[in-house]
Amino acid sequence: MKLPEVSDRLSGNRFVLDEEESHIEVNQALIKSTGSADRIIAACPARVYSKGPDGDVQVEYAACLECGTCFAIATPGSLSWHYPRGGYGVQFRDG
Amino acid sequence: MSPEPDFDVIVVGAGVAGTVTAYLLAQQGLEVVLIERGESAGSKNLSGGIMYCRAMTQVFPNFLTEAPIERRIDRNQMCFMNDDSWFMIDYGDERLHSGGTAVTVLRAHIDAWLAEQCENVGVTVMPGVKVDGLLIENGQVVGVRAGEDELRSRVTVAADGVNSFICRDAGLRPRQKLDQLAVGVKALLKLPDGELESRFGVSDDHGVAMATVGVGAGGGANGAGGFMYTNRETISIGLVLRLDGLVETKKRTIDLFDQFLAHPLIDSYVHGAELVEYGCHLINEGGWDMVGQIVHNGLVVVGDAAGFTLNTGLTVRGMDLATGSAQAAAPAIVQAIKSGDVSAAGLASYTANLDRSFVGQDMKTYAKAPQFLETDRMYNEYGKLLTDVMYRTYGLDTTPRQHLLAAARGALKASGLGLLTVAKDGLKGVRAL
Repeated sequence: MKLPEVSDRLSGNRFVLDEEESHIEVNQALIKSTGSADRIIAACPARVYSKGPDGDVQVEYAACLECGTCFAIATPGSLSWHYPRGGYGVQFRDG
Repeated sequence: MSPEPDFDVIVVGAGVAGTVTAYLLAQQGLEVVLIERGESAGSKNLSGGIMYCRAMTQVFPNFLTEAPIERRIDRNQMCFMNDDSWFMIDYGDERLHSGGTAVTVLRAHIDAWLAEQCENVGVTVMPGVKVDGLLIENGQVVGVRAGEDELRSRVTVAADGVNSFICRDAGLRPRQKLDQLAVGVKALLKLPDGELESRFGVSDDHGVAMATVGVGAGGGANGAGGFMYTNRETISIGLVLRLDGLVETKKRTIDLFDQFLAHPLIDSYVHGAELVEYGCHLINEGGWDMVGQIVHNGLVVVGDAAGFTLNTGLTVRGMDLATGSAQAAAPAIVQAIKSGDVSAAGLASYTANLDRSFVGQDMKTYAKAPQFLETDRMYNEYGKLLTDVMYRTYGLDTTPRQHLLAAARGALKASGLGLLTVAKDGLKGVRAL
Protein backbone atom coordinates (compact mmCIF):
# COMPACT_ATOMS: atom_id res chain seq x y z
CA MET A 1 0.00 0.00 0.00
CA LYS A 2 0.99 3.59 -0.32
CA LEU A 3 0.50 6.17 2.39
CA PRO A 4 -0.22 9.78 1.50
CA GLU A 5 2.52 12.44 1.56
CA VAL A 6 4.02 13.07 4.98
CA SER A 7 2.19 16.35 5.52
CA ASP A 8 -1.10 14.54 4.88
CA ARG A 9 -0.04 11.69 7.14
CA LEU A 10 0.40 14.15 9.95
CA SER A 11 -2.90 15.86 9.30
CA GLY A 12 -4.66 12.91 10.96
CA ASN A 13 -2.65 13.44 14.16
CA ARG A 14 -3.64 15.82 16.91
CA PHE A 15 -1.14 18.61 17.55
CA VAL A 16 -1.35 21.44 20.06
CA LEU A 17 0.80 24.15 18.51
CA ASP A 18 2.93 26.34 20.75
CA GLU A 19 2.80 29.56 18.79
CA GLU A 20 5.17 31.40 21.09
CA GLU A 21 8.08 29.06 21.26
CA SER A 22 9.92 26.57 19.07
CA HIS A 23 11.52 23.66 20.91
CA ILE A 24 14.12 23.23 18.17
CA GLU A 25 16.98 25.52 17.24
CA VAL A 26 19.74 24.88 14.76
CA ASN A 27 23.20 26.36 14.64
CA GLN A 28 23.27 26.92 10.88
CA ALA A 29 27.06 27.12 10.52
CA LEU A 30 27.75 24.05 12.61
CA ILE A 31 24.92 21.93 11.30
CA LYS A 32 26.16 22.37 7.74
CA SER A 33 29.88 22.09 8.39
CA THR A 34 29.47 18.86 10.38
CA GLY A 35 27.27 17.17 7.78
CA SER A 36 24.50 16.96 10.37
CA ALA A 37 22.11 18.86 8.10
CA ASP A 38 21.85 16.09 5.51
CA ARG A 39 21.64 13.44 8.20
CA ILE A 40 18.72 14.95 10.07
CA ILE A 41 16.88 15.89 6.88
CA ALA A 42 17.03 12.24 5.75
CA ALA A 43 16.33 10.63 9.11
CA CYS A 44 13.42 12.66 10.46
CA PRO A 45 10.24 10.58 10.02
CA ALA A 46 8.08 13.71 10.12
CA ARG A 47 10.10 15.73 7.60
CA VAL A 48 10.57 18.54 10.09
CA TYR A 49 13.83 19.57 8.42
CA SER A 50 14.40 20.77 4.88
CA LYS A 51 16.97 22.84 3.04
CA GLY A 52 15.88 26.36 2.16
CA PRO A 53 16.84 28.20 -1.04
CA ASP A 54 19.74 29.86 0.77
CA GLY A 55 21.05 26.46 1.92
CA ASP A 56 19.95 27.03 5.49
CA VAL A 57 18.15 24.25 7.35
CA GLN A 58 14.51 25.14 7.82
CA VAL A 59 12.63 23.76 10.80
CA GLU A 60 8.93 22.99 10.77
CA TYR A 61 8.76 22.42 14.51
CA ALA A 62 4.98 22.16 14.55
CA ALA A 63 5.21 18.79 12.75
CA CYS A 64 7.64 17.26 15.25
CA LEU A 65 6.65 13.83 16.60
CA GLU A 66 9.17 14.24 19.43
CA CYS A 67 11.16 11.05 18.89
CA GLY A 68 14.61 12.60 19.36
CA THR A 69 16.27 10.97 16.35
CA CYS A 70 17.64 14.30 15.07
CA PHE A 71 19.16 15.10 18.43
CA ALA A 72 20.81 11.68 18.62
CA ILE A 73 22.44 11.88 15.20
CA ALA A 74 23.34 15.58 14.98
CA THR A 75 26.83 16.53 16.07
CA PRO A 76 26.61 17.89 19.63
CA GLY A 77 26.23 21.65 19.58
CA SER A 78 24.76 21.84 16.10
CA LEU A 79 21.18 21.32 17.23
CA SER A 80 19.32 22.31 20.34
CA TRP A 81 16.33 20.04 20.82
CA HIS A 82 14.09 19.66 23.81
CA TYR A 83 10.52 18.58 24.41
CA PRO A 84 7.89 21.27 23.79
CA ARG A 85 6.43 23.01 26.83
CA GLY A 86 3.95 21.03 28.90
CA GLY A 87 0.67 20.30 27.11
CA TYR A 88 2.02 21.34 23.69
CA GLY A 89 3.15 19.32 20.68
CA VAL A 90 1.84 16.04 19.33
CA GLN A 91 -0.88 14.38 21.41
CA PHE A 92 -1.34 10.79 20.30
CA ARG A 93 -4.91 9.60 20.31
CA ASP A 94 -3.86 5.95 20.03
CA GLY A 95 -0.07 5.84 20.33
CA MET B 1 16.74 24.06 57.06
CA SER B 2 15.10 23.01 53.79
CA PRO B 3 11.35 23.41 53.42
CA GLU B 4 9.13 20.37 54.06
CA PRO B 5 8.58 18.21 50.99
CA ASP B 6 5.30 18.65 49.10
CA PHE B 7 5.12 14.93 48.41
CA ASP B 8 6.90 11.80 49.56
CA VAL B 9 7.63 10.91 45.96
CA ILE B 10 7.57 12.74 42.63
CA VAL B 11 7.32 10.45 39.62
CA VAL B 12 8.20 12.08 36.30
CA GLY B 13 6.51 10.52 33.29
CA ALA B 14 3.20 8.67 33.02
CA GLY B 15 4.32 5.74 30.92
CA VAL B 16 4.29 2.14 32.05
CA ALA B 17 7.27 2.48 34.41
CA GLY B 18 6.02 5.74 35.96
CA THR B 19 2.41 4.72 36.47
CA VAL B 20 3.25 1.33 37.94
CA THR B 21 5.84 2.85 40.31
CA ALA B 22 3.38 5.54 41.41
CA TYR B 23 0.62 2.97 41.91
CA LEU B 24 2.75 0.63 44.01
CA LEU B 25 4.01 3.51 46.19
CA ALA B 26 0.56 4.96 46.81
CA GLN B 27 -0.70 1.48 47.65
CA GLN B 28 1.85 1.50 50.47
CA GLY B 29 0.43 4.74 51.80
CA LEU B 30 2.94 7.22 50.38
CA GLU B 31 1.93 10.66 49.07
CA VAL B 32 2.77 10.52 45.37
CA VAL B 33 2.50 12.97 42.47
CA LEU B 34 2.77 11.75 38.90
CA ILE B 35 3.87 14.51 36.53
CA GLU B 36 3.23 14.14 32.80
CA ARG B 37 4.17 16.59 30.05
CA GLY B 38 1.42 15.46 27.68
CA GLU B 39 -2.03 16.94 27.99
CA SER B 40 -3.12 13.61 29.46
CA ALA B 41 -1.42 10.38 30.50
CA GLY B 42 -0.42 8.42 27.39
CA SER B 43 -0.70 11.24 24.91
CA LYS B 44 3.07 11.37 24.32
CA ASN B 45 3.58 7.64 24.40
CA LEU B 46 3.98 5.25 21.55
CA SER B 47 5.24 1.72 21.24
CA GLY B 48 5.22 -0.97 18.59
CA GLY B 49 2.46 -2.47 20.54
CA ILE B 50 3.24 -5.81 22.14
CA MET B 51 3.24 -6.01 25.91
CA TYR B 52 4.39 -9.22 27.57
CA CYS B 53 2.02 -8.76 30.43
CA ARG B 54 2.72 -11.36 33.13
CA ALA B 55 4.43 -8.72 35.32
CA MET B 56 1.52 -6.36 34.73
CA THR B 57 -1.02 -8.96 35.85
CA GLN B 58 0.97 -9.38 39.06
CA VAL B 59 0.39 -5.69 39.76
CA PHE B 60 -3.16 -5.56 38.38
CA PRO B 61 -4.83 -8.99 38.59
CA ASN B 62 -7.73 -7.55 36.55
CA PHE B 63 -5.45 -6.28 33.77
CA LEU B 64 -6.50 -8.75 31.07
CA THR B 65 -10.20 -8.33 31.74
CA GLU B 66 -10.42 -4.63 32.63
CA ALA B 67 -7.61 -2.78 30.85
CA PRO B 68 -8.20 -1.63 27.26
CA ILE B 69 -6.01 -4.30 25.68
CA GLU B 70 -6.33 -5.03 21.98
CA ARG B 71 -5.71 -8.73 21.24
CA ARG B 72 -3.99 -11.67 22.89
CA ILE B 73 -1.05 -12.62 20.70
CA ASP B 74 -0.96 -16.39 20.24
CA ARG B 75 0.65 -16.52 16.82
CA ASN B 76 4.14 -15.20 16.16
CA GLN B 77 5.73 -14.94 12.76
CA MET B 78 9.37 -14.21 12.13
CA CYS B 79 10.20 -13.30 8.60
CA PHE B 80 13.46 -12.78 6.73
CA MET B 81 12.53 -10.24 4.12
CA ASN B 82 14.20 -9.63 0.78
CA ASP B 83 13.06 -7.34 -2.03
CA ASP B 84 10.83 -9.88 -3.73
CA SER B 85 11.04 -13.01 -1.63
CA TRP B 86 10.73 -13.92 2.01
CA PHE B 87 11.23 -16.78 4.40
CA MET B 88 8.93 -17.00 7.38
CA ILE B 89 8.67 -19.03 10.56
CA ASP B 90 5.09 -19.19 11.76
CA TYR B 91 4.43 -20.32 15.31
CA GLY B 92 0.97 -20.59 16.85
CA ASP B 93 0.21 -21.89 20.32
CA GLU B 94 -3.03 -21.98 22.28
CA ARG B 95 -0.99 -21.84 25.51
CA LEU B 96 0.02 -18.28 24.63
CA HIS B 97 -3.66 -17.36 24.47
CA SER B 98 -4.89 -19.09 27.61
CA GLY B 99 -1.86 -17.90 29.54
CA GLY B 100 -2.42 -14.28 28.55
CA THR B 101 1.29 -13.99 27.82
CA ALA B 102 1.33 -11.13 25.38
CA VAL B 103 -1.21 -8.58 24.26
CA THR B 104 -1.25 -5.79 21.75
CA VAL B 105 -1.82 -2.36 23.25
CA LEU B 106 -2.21 1.22 22.11
CA ARG B 107 -0.43 3.38 24.62
CA ALA B 108 -2.71 6.39 24.70
CA HIS B 109 -5.46 4.05 25.91
CA ILE B 110 -3.48 1.72 28.14
CA ASP B 111 -1.48 4.47 29.87
CA ALA B 112 -4.66 6.45 30.52
CA TRP B 113 -6.10 3.34 32.21
CA LEU B 114 -2.93 2.90 34.27
CA ALA B 115 -3.09 6.55 35.37
CA GLU B 116 -6.71 6.01 36.37
CA GLN B 117 -5.66 3.10 38.58
CA CYS B 118 -3.10 5.46 40.14
CA GLU B 119 -5.79 8.01 40.92
CA ASN B 120 -7.91 5.29 42.50
CA VAL B 121 -5.23 4.69 45.11
CA GLY B 122 -4.66 8.38 45.77
CA VAL B 123 -1.88 9.40 43.38
CA THR B 124 -2.09 13.06 42.34
CA VAL B 125 -1.88 12.95 38.54
CA MET B 126 -0.57 16.21 37.11
CA PRO B 127 -0.73 16.30 33.30
CA GLY B 128 0.38 19.12 31.00
CA VAL B 129 3.47 19.90 33.09
CA LYS B 130 6.98 19.50 31.77
CA VAL B 131 9.75 19.00 34.29
CA ASP B 132 12.65 21.25 33.34
CA GLY B 133 15.20 19.90 35.77
CA LEU B 134 16.02 18.48 39.15
CA LEU B 135 16.38 20.39 42.40
CA ILE B 136 19.70 19.34 43.84
CA GLU B 137 20.95 20.45 47.27
CA ASN B 138 24.26 19.26 48.68
CA GLY B 139 24.41 16.43 46.17
CA GLN B 140 20.92 15.22 47.06
CA VAL B 141 17.96 15.37 44.67
CA VAL B 142 15.15 17.09 46.61
CA GLY B 143 12.54 17.62 43.91
CA VAL B 144 11.96 19.07 40.45
CA ARG B 145 11.70 22.36 38.68
CA ALA B 146 8.89 23.07 36.20
CA GLY B 147 8.97 26.57 34.79
CA GLU B 148 8.84 28.97 37.74
CA ASP B 149 7.58 26.29 40.09
CA GLU B 150 9.44 23.99 42.39
CA LEU B 151 8.05 20.78 43.83
CA ARG B 152 9.85 19.08 46.66
CA SER B 153 9.93 15.40 47.55
CA ARG B 154 11.88 12.89 49.57
CA VAL B 155 12.50 10.73 46.51
CA THR B 156 12.18 11.53 42.81
CA VAL B 157 11.61 8.85 40.18
CA ALA B 158 12.84 9.48 36.64
CA ALA B 159 10.43 7.63 34.38
CA ASP B 160 10.79 10.11 31.55
CA GLY B 161 11.56 7.67 28.78
CA VAL B 162 14.29 6.92 26.29
CA ASN B 163 15.35 10.55 25.89
CA SER B 164 15.43 11.08 29.69
CA PHE B 165 16.56 14.67 29.97
CA ILE B 166 16.56 14.18 33.74
CA CYS B 167 19.29 11.55 33.60
CA ARG B 168 21.16 13.39 30.89
CA ASP B 169 21.15 16.72 32.72
CA ALA B 170 22.11 15.08 36.00
CA GLY B 171 25.04 13.39 34.28
CA LEU B 172 23.71 9.93 35.14
CA ARG B 173 23.88 8.68 31.62
CA PRO B 174 26.39 9.32 28.87
CA ARG B 175 25.22 10.29 25.40
CA GLN B 176 23.96 7.14 23.70
CA LYS B 177 25.93 5.84 20.75
CA LEU B 178 24.19 5.49 17.40
CA ASP B 179 24.33 1.70 17.45
CA GLN B 180 22.53 1.76 20.82
CA LEU B 181 19.48 3.54 19.46
CA ALA B 182 16.88 2.83 16.84
CA VAL B 183 14.01 4.88 15.52
CA GLY B 184 10.66 3.17 15.22
CA VAL B 185 8.24 4.58 12.68
CA LYS B 186 4.70 3.39 12.95
CA ALA B 187 1.42 3.73 11.15
CA LEU B 188 -1.87 2.72 12.65
CA LEU B 189 -4.04 1.38 9.84
CA LYS B 190 -7.72 0.60 9.56
CA LEU B 191 -9.00 -1.99 7.10
CA PRO B 192 -12.53 -2.15 5.74
CA ASP B 193 -14.92 -3.96 8.12
CA GLY B 194 -14.28 -7.68 8.46
CA GLU B 195 -11.06 -7.54 6.44
CA LEU B 196 -8.70 -7.70 9.40
CA GLU B 197 -10.24 -10.98 10.57
CA SER B 198 -10.18 -12.58 7.14
CA ARG B 199 -6.75 -11.42 6.01
CA PHE B 200 -4.98 -12.32 9.25
CA GLY B 201 -7.12 -15.34 10.05
CA VAL B 202 -7.97 -14.13 13.54
CA SER B 203 -11.21 -14.36 15.48
CA ASP B 204 -12.46 -13.17 18.86
CA ASP B 205 -9.53 -11.76 20.81
CA HIS B 206 -6.85 -13.86 19.09
CA GLY B 207 -4.04 -11.89 17.52
CA VAL B 208 -0.99 -12.34 15.34
CA ALA B 209 2.35 -10.58 15.43
CA MET B 210 4.86 -10.53 12.62
CA ALA B 211 8.45 -9.36 13.00
CA THR B 212 10.74 -9.04 10.00
CA VAL B 213 14.50 -9.12 9.78
CA GLY B 214 15.41 -6.81 6.97
CA VAL B 215 12.76 -4.78 5.23
CA GLY B 216 13.22 -5.46 1.54
CA ALA B 217 13.53 -1.91 0.24
CA GLY B 218 16.57 -2.48 -1.97
CA GLY B 219 18.75 -3.86 0.78
CA GLY B 220 17.23 -1.59 3.40
CA ALA B 221 19.71 -0.73 6.08
CA ASN B 222 21.79 -2.69 8.52
CA GLY B 223 19.88 -3.23 11.72
CA ALA B 224 16.50 -2.71 10.04
CA GLY B 225 13.45 -4.72 10.92
CA GLY B 226 9.73 -4.38 10.57
CA PHE B 227 6.66 -5.33 12.53
CA MET B 228 2.97 -5.82 11.93
CA TYR B 229 0.61 -6.46 14.84
CA THR B 230 -3.13 -6.96 14.92
CA ASN B 231 -5.15 -4.78 17.25
CA ARG B 232 -8.90 -5.19 17.76
CA GLU B 233 -9.88 -3.02 14.81
CA THR B 234 -6.59 -1.68 13.54
CA ILE B 235 -3.12 -2.81 12.53
CA SER B 236 0.09 -1.43 14.02
CA ILE B 237 2.73 -1.56 11.33
CA GLY B 238 6.17 -0.13 11.50
CA LEU B 239 9.86 -0.13 10.87
CA VAL B 240 12.68 -0.09 13.36
CA LEU B 241 15.93 1.36 12.02
CA ARG B 242 19.10 1.27 14.04
CA LEU B 243 20.54 4.75 13.81
CA ASP B 244 24.06 3.76 12.76
CA GLY B 245 22.69 1.72 9.86
CA LEU B 246 20.24 4.44 8.91
CA VAL B 247 22.88 7.18 8.83
CA GLU B 248 25.26 4.93 6.90
CA THR B 249 22.78 4.25 4.07
CA LYS B 250 21.96 7.94 3.59
CA LYS B 251 18.45 6.75 2.73
CA ARG B 252 15.41 8.57 3.98
CA THR B 253 13.51 6.98 6.84
CA ILE B 254 10.28 7.78 5.07
CA ASP B 255 11.37 6.13 1.81
CA LEU B 256 12.37 2.95 3.65
CA PHE B 257 9.00 2.87 5.38
CA ASP B 258 7.13 3.43 2.13
CA GLN B 259 9.07 0.65 0.43
CA PHE B 260 8.31 -1.68 3.32
CA LEU B 261 4.59 -0.93 3.03
CA ALA B 262 4.74 -1.61 -0.70
CA HIS B 263 6.43 -5.00 -0.27
CA PRO B 264 4.21 -7.71 -1.80
CA LEU B 265 3.94 -9.67 1.46
CA ILE B 266 3.01 -6.61 3.50
CA ASP B 267 0.75 -5.24 0.79
CA SER B 268 -1.22 -8.49 0.73
CA TYR B 269 -2.29 -7.71 4.30
CA VAL B 270 -2.73 -3.96 4.29
CA HIS B 271 -3.77 -2.91 0.78
CA GLY B 272 -6.72 -0.57 0.81
CA ALA B 273 -6.17 0.40 4.44
CA GLU B 274 -6.71 3.88 5.78
CA LEU B 275 -4.22 5.71 7.95
CA VAL B 276 -5.50 6.43 11.46
CA GLU B 277 -2.36 7.80 13.09
CA TYR B 278 1.32 8.20 12.25
CA GLY B 279 4.04 8.34 14.85
CA CYS B 280 7.60 7.51 15.79
CA HIS B 281 9.67 6.86 18.86
CA LEU B 282 13.26 6.15 19.80
CA ILE B 283 14.19 2.73 21.14
CA ASN B 284 17.13 1.67 23.30
CA GLU B 285 18.94 -1.17 21.57
CA GLY B 286 22.10 -1.33 23.59
CA GLY B 287 20.85 -3.83 26.14
CA TRP B 288 22.76 -4.22 29.38
CA ASP B 289 25.67 -2.10 28.12
CA MET B 290 23.64 1.08 28.08
CA VAL B 291 22.01 0.79 31.49
CA GLY B 292 23.40 3.80 33.30
CA GLN B 293 23.46 4.68 36.97
CA ILE B 294 19.95 3.89 38.22
CA VAL B 295 20.26 4.98 41.85
CA HIS B 296 21.44 8.39 43.02
CA ASN B 297 20.94 10.39 46.22
CA GLY B 298 17.17 10.97 46.32
CA LEU B 299 16.63 9.67 42.78
CA VAL B 300 15.87 6.36 41.10
CA VAL B 301 15.54 5.69 37.38
CA VAL B 302 13.04 3.20 35.91
CA GLY B 303 11.91 1.90 32.52
CA ASP B 304 13.25 3.26 29.24
CA ALA B 305 14.97 6.11 31.07
CA ALA B 306 17.17 3.50 32.72
CA GLY B 307 17.77 1.69 29.42
CA PHE B 308 15.62 -1.35 30.12
CA THR B 309 14.77 -2.64 26.67
CA LEU B 310 15.65 -5.91 25.05
CA ASN B 311 15.73 -6.81 21.40
CA THR B 312 16.48 -10.50 21.16
CA GLY B 313 15.75 -10.68 17.45
CA LEU B 314 12.58 -12.67 18.12
CA THR B 315 11.04 -10.74 20.99
CA VAL B 316 11.25 -6.99 21.45
CA ARG B 317 10.62 -6.07 25.06
CA GLY B 318 10.28 -2.81 26.91
CA MET B 319 6.95 -2.52 28.66
CA ASP B 320 7.40 -5.72 30.70
CA LEU B 321 10.85 -4.58 31.79
CA ALA B 322 9.40 -1.18 32.67
CA THR B 323 6.83 -2.94 34.86
CA GLY B 324 9.50 -5.15 36.41
CA SER B 325 11.77 -2.20 37.16
CA ALA B 326 8.86 -0.43 38.87
CA GLN B 327 8.24 -3.57 40.94
CA ALA B 328 11.91 -3.55 41.95
CA ALA B 329 12.06 0.19 42.66
CA ALA B 330 8.87 0.67 44.70
CA PRO B 331 9.76 -1.48 47.74
CA ALA B 332 13.23 0.09 47.83
CA ILE B 333 11.71 3.58 47.88
CA VAL B 334 9.22 2.63 50.62
CA GLN B 335 12.02 1.17 52.71
CA ALA B 336 14.29 4.18 52.21
CA ILE B 337 11.58 6.65 53.19
CA LYS B 338 10.59 4.61 56.25
CA SER B 339 14.19 4.36 57.42
CA GLY B 340 14.78 8.07 56.78
CA ASP B 341 17.79 7.36 54.57
CA VAL B 342 17.01 8.42 51.00
CA SER B 343 20.64 8.64 49.92
CA ALA B 344 21.93 6.35 47.17
CA ALA B 345 22.94 3.91 49.91
CA GLY B 346 19.44 3.99 51.40
CA LEU B 347 17.90 3.32 47.97
CA ALA B 348 20.42 0.67 46.97
CA SER B 349 18.03 -2.24 47.47
CA TYR B 350 16.47 -1.21 44.12
CA THR B 351 19.58 -2.48 42.35
CA ALA B 352 19.59 -5.67 44.41
CA ASN B 353 15.86 -6.26 43.75
CA LEU B 354 16.41 -5.66 40.08
CA ASP B 355 19.34 -8.07 39.85
CA ARG B 356 17.18 -10.79 41.38
CA SER B 357 14.15 -10.05 39.21
CA PHE B 358 13.50 -11.20 35.66
CA VAL B 359 14.61 -7.76 34.46
CA GLY B 360 18.17 -8.05 35.70
CA GLN B 361 18.35 -11.74 34.85
CA ASP B 362 17.08 -11.34 31.29
CA MET B 363 19.14 -8.24 30.58
CA LYS B 364 22.22 -10.28 31.47
CA THR B 365 21.11 -13.42 29.64
CA TYR B 366 20.73 -11.40 26.45
CA ALA B 367 23.75 -9.18 27.04
CA LYS B 368 25.35 -10.38 23.79
CA ALA B 369 22.23 -9.96 21.67
CA PRO B 370 22.88 -6.35 20.57
CA GLN B 371 26.34 -7.27 19.32
CA PHE B 372 24.97 -10.26 17.43
CA LEU B 373 22.20 -8.17 15.87
CA GLU B 374 24.87 -5.86 14.52
CA THR B 375 25.97 -8.65 12.20
CA ASP B 376 25.33 -6.98 8.83
CA ARG B 377 24.78 -10.33 7.13
CA MET B 378 21.53 -10.79 9.07
CA TYR B 379 19.83 -8.02 7.13
CA ASN B 380 21.03 -8.90 3.65
CA GLU B 381 22.72 -12.18 2.84
CA TYR B 382 20.93 -14.54 5.23
CA GLY B 383 17.43 -13.76 4.01
CA LYS B 384 18.59 -14.38 0.45
CA LEU B 385 20.44 -17.54 1.43
CA LEU B 386 17.31 -19.00 3.03
CA THR B 387 15.10 -18.23 0.06
CA ASP B 388 17.76 -19.54 -2.35
CA VAL B 389 17.77 -22.89 -0.55
CA MET B 390 13.98 -22.97 -0.81
CA TYR B 391 14.07 -21.95 -4.47
CA ARG B 392 16.43 -24.78 -5.27
CA THR B 393 13.81 -27.07 -3.73
CA TYR B 394 10.53 -25.56 -4.91
CA GLY B 395 11.62 -23.91 -8.16
CA LEU B 396 11.13 -27.06 -10.25
CA ASP B 397 12.18 -26.41 -13.82
CA THR B 398 12.76 -29.95 -15.22
CA THR B 399 16.43 -29.87 -14.26
CA PRO B 400 17.28 -32.69 -11.85
CA ARG B 401 16.83 -31.80 -8.14
CA GLN B 402 19.36 -32.21 -5.39
CA HIS B 403 18.87 -33.35 -1.81
CA LEU B 404 18.22 -30.52 0.63
CA LEU B 405 21.74 -30.65 2.00
CA ALA B 406 23.28 -30.35 -1.46
CA ALA B 407 20.84 -27.54 -2.30
CA ALA B 408 21.88 -25.72 0.86
CA ARG B 409 25.54 -26.25 0.03
CA GLY B 410 24.97 -24.91 -3.47
CA ALA B 411 23.07 -21.85 -2.24
CA LEU B 412 25.77 -21.21 0.33
CA LYS B 413 28.46 -21.39 -2.32
CA ALA B 414 26.53 -19.02 -4.57
CA SER B 415 26.03 -16.56 -1.71
CA GLY B 416 29.78 -16.16 -1.30
CA LEU B 417 29.39 -16.29 2.47
CA GLY B 418 31.56 -19.28 3.24
CA LEU B 419 30.65 -22.15 5.53
CA LEU B 420 32.91 -20.95 8.32
CA THR B 421 31.29 -17.51 8.46
CA VAL B 422 27.81 -19.01 8.59
CA ALA B 423 28.84 -21.53 11.24
CA LYS B 424 30.43 -18.78 13.32
CA ASP B 425 27.38 -16.54 13.02
CA GLY B 426 25.13 -19.47 13.86
CA LEU B 427 27.11 -20.28 16.97
CA LYS B 428 27.19 -16.61 17.96
CA GLY B 429 23.44 -16.42 17.46
CA VAL B 430 22.69 -19.51 19.49
CA ARG B 431 24.82 -18.17 22.33
CA ALA B 432 23.46 -14.62 22.20
CA LEU B 433 19.73 -15.15 21.71
